[in-house]
Amino acid sequence: MPRIVGIDLGTTNSLVAYMEGGFPKVIPDAEGHVLLPSVVGFTADGILVGDAAKRQLVRNPTRTIYSVKRLMGKGYDDVKEELRYFPFHVVPSDEVVKIRVADREVTPPEVSALILRSLKERAEAHLGEVVTKAVITVPAYFNDSQRQATKDAGRIAGLEVLRIVNEPTAASLAYGLHRLKGGTVAVYDLGGGTFDISILRVKDGIFEVLATNGNTHLGGDDFDRALVDWLLADIETRHGADLRADLEALQELRLGAEAAKCRLSFEERTVLTIPFAQHGFTYRREISRAELETLIEPLVQQTLGPCRLALADAGLSAAQIDEVVLVGGSTRVPLARRRVQELFGKLPHSQLNPDEVVAVGAAVQADILAGGITNMLLLDVTPLSLGIETLGGGMSVLIPRNTTIPTSAKELFTTSVDGQTVVDMHVLQGERELVKNNRSLARFELSGIDPMPAGMPRIEVTFLIDANGILQVNAKELRTGKAASIEVKPSYGLTDAEVERMIEESFIHAEEDVASRLLIEARNEADTVIRATERALGQGSGLIGQEETAQITGALAALKAVRDGSDRDAIREATERLNQSTLHLAEILMDSALKEALTSKRVTEALGKPER
Amino acid sequence: MTRSSRDLCWNCQSEVGGEYFCPQCVKVQPASVWSDYFDVFGLPRKLGLDLEDLQRRFYDWSRKFHPDLFQRATPEEQAISLENSALVNTAYRTLRDPIARVEYLIGLEEGAVKGIPPKAPLDLLEEMLEVQEALEAAKASALDAETRKRLMDERARLAERRRAEEERLLDVGREWDALVDGSRAASRDRDDLRRPLLDRMKGILAARAYLTTVINDLSDALGEDSQTHASHRRH
Ligand SMILES: Nc1ncnc2c1ncn2[C@@H]1O[C@H](COP(=O)(O)OP(=O)(O)OP(=O)(O)O)[C@@H](O)[C@H]1O
Ligand SMILES: [Mg+2]
Repeated sequence: MPRIVGIDLGTTNSLVAYMEGGFPKVIPDAEGHVLLPSVVGFTADGILVGDAAKRQLVRNPTRTIYSVKRLMGKGYDDVKEELRYFPFHVVPSDEVVKIRVADREVTPPEVSALILRSLKERAEAHLGEVVTKAVITVPAYFNDSQRQATKDAGRIAGLEVLRIVNEPTAASLAYGLHRLKGGTVAVYDLGGGTFDISILRVKDGIFEVLATNGNTHLGGDDFDRALVDWLLADIETRHGADLRADLEALQELRLGAEAAKCRLSFEERTVLTIPFAQHGFTYRREISRAELETLIEPLVQQTLGPCRLALADAGLSAAQIDEVVLVGGSTRVPLARRRVQELFGKLPHSQLNPDEVVAVGAAVQADILAGGITNMLLLDVTPLSLGIETLGGGMSVLIPRNTTIPTSAKELFTTSVDGQTVVDMHVLQGERELVKNNRSLARFELSGIDPMPAGMPRIEVTFLIDANGILQVNAKELRTGKAASIEVKPSYGLTDAEVERMIEESFIHAEEDVASRLLIEARNEADTVIRATERALGQGSGLIGQEETAQITGALAALKAVRDGSDRDAIREATERLNQSTLHLAEILMDSALKEALTSKRVTEALGKPER
Repeated sequence: MTRSSRDLCWNCQSEVGGEYFCPQCVKVQPASVWSDYFDVFGLPRKLGLDLEDLQRRFYDWSRKFHPDLFQRATPEEQAISLENSALVNTAYRTLRDPIARVEYLIGLEEGAVKGIPPKAPLDLLEEMLEVQEALEAAKASALDAETRKRLMDERARLAERRRAEEERLLDVGREWDALVDGSRAASRDRDDLRRPLLDRMKGILAARAYLTTVINDLSDALGEDSQTHASHRRH
């Protein structure tokens, strides 16, 4: 069986891992970094993902998309409140979220797909083989639309998503490999954008989730926002400047605030310094941990309610929890640790790196699917009640929250008018009694019913939630045994046809992207040679004749002239010519340097020889 | 037992004789032979249940049927695994919960009943009228401290009463189990004796459902999210 990788598609950072000989490995990129910032930049030259995209956040705020996970499976109405925090433009509509970048619109699954593709390529480079199968994690409290959107993202990226796994449960699998003794476990997962709490019973290799709860809109991002709002007010008082409309300044402030927040996890106080040259001042501010804690206390408190609800649904008291596991970067915040410890009355586990543990768990689940690990099995639950709209706008629950998946429920439908051949149903998820307070998943249309008097047809509809937590619906007319045909209109998702189109487009773009990546590489190489040449000229111009110097400066000017064009071959030729013209100079420099520093191991560096 | 299609493997047509994996081709078989949720776990139709034992049986089936174990199998086997797992999960969920267990048993014995309608216990009728009045008053105007206390006391009293009803249900359950144990031989007597027991169980469930509704109404009136008070599905 081809290898299955495990992917943690995070709000802030994404990772890919796999199992090798019973041990999990998180895959680094060429520079040795395992975290891929979940940031995608659209530039005139092409698409950037990860660190490169993150670096252009300030320079190119409207075309750099981050925290896109918060928009997955959402409608415009769901997110319009928080749009003021995003510098990129979300297009107003009454359907699924679309982001406008330059002259094109992209959906959150397409943006996530770019992140996934980057991880796929990273894994392929590392493993030396093609990777097409993956397990991807999602917050446990993700609803059906958000899970489906994640699966769509995988498909668009060219990955077959064999399983969607819940992040806290994945973390419990990672801990389960070596560290859990068994008993009842609470996993508290506070990441960049989401909060999850899951209560499990671990026994004889079975990881049975008893209950789960959470908030898909609560995480470190919100801590940053609270801090940014506070700093904005402070800047206004002290410098009389309102930076709220300056997207670049806002980005700079957000990144500075996040970094300060992280430092305050280890230090009592820290200083934030940001030069706002365009506004003519440098902002300098000391922040204490106590100040940060005052700002984020209400947010940390918001995580405790879901913990209590999950405990109640699991039928356990806090004291009955044997082990507490911390997951997610935001659990490094001392205040969060303190509150968790108070609630459960015990010291939480945090031996495994909270950034990596989810990806490791995804790799464990991948290995279970591949048949590698046979003594561990995960029994997860559906986080939200599933139901259908009844007459009068109420919701009738078919599958209650925290039901172990896979699970199914059957419901009989009939017609209300003579000769009716089509029946509609509206499927919802949520815990409230009224339809309008719950999440609309989809409208289904059962058609092809033989015309009969009202109330005669008996259509049995089966609602099945699979092991991914994703709903499948089937219908059959009992009298005839005929399968009724169902048309699904997802409320906040992509139709199959749309996903297919995106897959095709992404192939086309993939080629364009490869072309632009090669262009970017050629430019980087040109820059390296230009810098080296300039350094060499500075050191050794006295050692060569005028003619040679002129030759080199000529070649240098020629390369600079084509560097910003889009002709990759021209750039490469000019680079090569410049390289050639400096060979002699490099040799001379090498000789003189050797004389000076026979012991130096870093000869080429000392010489500024073109790094090739 | 009459020969049903289940006796033959769907894949290789050889005899499977009630096994869940074909002795010939080792393919998983649909669990359609199970007649009810008790049967899924090889248990008699009794209300007293050892939860640890039930959990062990549930874990055993999960280790056999869970879709994770069929990732590399054919689509047919995957579909069977999905259906079997869903059935085992629902069976476990139903039997684990003492109330759901009784409701399910009544359904089995008397043919499908969908939810037993709530009915106020006769001795509480007068008290209930007062509660309704208090609820109306609470709805009409803001809660003062006195009304608030009254509603909370009432809720506590009703919750106590609900616990008492649940105790009674356990007692009737024990009578039921004794009947099942004792009258295997004389099944005709059993039929006459079990009706009144089932009726008593239904009466208690109706009263309990009524109490739950009023308790939730009181919580709503007190401005508390009834989610936190909703009867927990695990006991
Ligand atoms: N030392 C630290 N102190 C405080 N916060 C931190 C620290 N290190 C990281 N964080 C925060 O953790 C968050 C990222 O955590 P993580 O990588 O677990 O999230 P994610 O997996 O991307 O998000 P999610 O799981 O919500 O989708 C960011 O908000 C980051 O600022
Ligand atoms: Mg995470």
